[in-house]
Amino acid sequence: MTGLAGLVPAVAALAAGTFAIRLAGPLLRARIQFSPQVVALLETAAVVVLAALVAITGLTSGHDFAGVARPAGVVTGGVLAARGAPFFVVVLAAAACTALVRWLHIS
Amino acid sequence: MWRTLDRGLARGIAVICLSVAVIGVSYGATAVTSGFPLWVPVATAVVVFAGSSEFLFVGIIAAGGSPVAAVLAGLLVNARHVTYGLALPDVIEPGWRRLAGSHLMNDESVVLALSQSDPARRRAAYWISGIGLLLCWPAGALAGALAGGALRDPGALGLDAMFPAAILALILPAFRVRRPRRAAVAGAAIALAAAPFLPAGLPELLALGGLVLTVRRRAAA
Repeated sequence: MTGLAGLVPAVAALAAGTFAIRLAGPLLRARIQFSPQVVALLETAAVVVLAALVAITGLTSGHDFAGVARPAGVVTGGVLAARGAPFFVVVLAAAACTALVRWLHIS
Repeated sequence: MWRTLDRGLARGIAVICLSVAVIGVSYGATAVTSGFPLWVPVATAVVVFAGSSEFLFVGIIAAGGSPVAAVLAGLLVNARHVTYGLALPDVIEPGWRRLAGSHLMNDESVVLALSQSDPARRRAAYWISGIGLLLCWPAGALAGALAGGALRDPGALGLDAMFPAAILALILPAFRVRRPRRAAVAGAAIALAAAPFLPAGLPELLALGGLVLTVRRRAAA
């Protein structure tokens, strides 16, 4: 594995690059005046990326399907959320459902 | 800022911080048991502060990959933050606060901010959750690194379902409006179709193709 001499600059590069990525959006917003339509579109874009993130982290593992347990928990959480359940119930129910399915060895 | 928080939002932030701390434990344990010194998971948790890229970074180097490949893969996973920064207008103020506020930008703080419609509550949700996560994520990583292999498998407790379920619950309100819903569903489908073939991070960016649905409808209207 990479030694200390390679690890420190790698961590520094990942941190600096990530910070630059985070700063890019606010800097652009400060310099350019967007129309209300574009502002609405930018907000929708963030929701689209978050929805994709839910799909990827909820349903896949590496390049493969995640199996039954995790999607079952996420769907349970989603149904509860859509029915107006409190947030902590949603999150705990998702974990509990996934744990239960795994415990029963259904995956 | 604290006064603008109602109990529901405060509890939501607490739950998110707690679940992130638990994932941090598994991150710290994974890093140390793959042969990294203790400072790596803790330092990356503070200065990178983007969980999925840190898991990937540590995983690639542990598997014998080059540090350059690990950095590039991590940055690709984090590229989605550009869309977050463009979507949050009033939350991050100019000056030094912009630097601090940018570092606090992550999936959870952004989705919590977007779930609030009032500007003051938006800002409160973003900053308080961001600071809470900046404490909980490294604290969890440190605890996991100290505990080592004993706490390595988050799967048995179903912890891997918490993150997607939490983000899903928080974007559901945006789904009541038709255009964002169509775009989000299309985007998620694009990402899933791309996931088997593309490196991590790219499917989420390709999902932006789902926005075409909203633009076309607007042009036709």
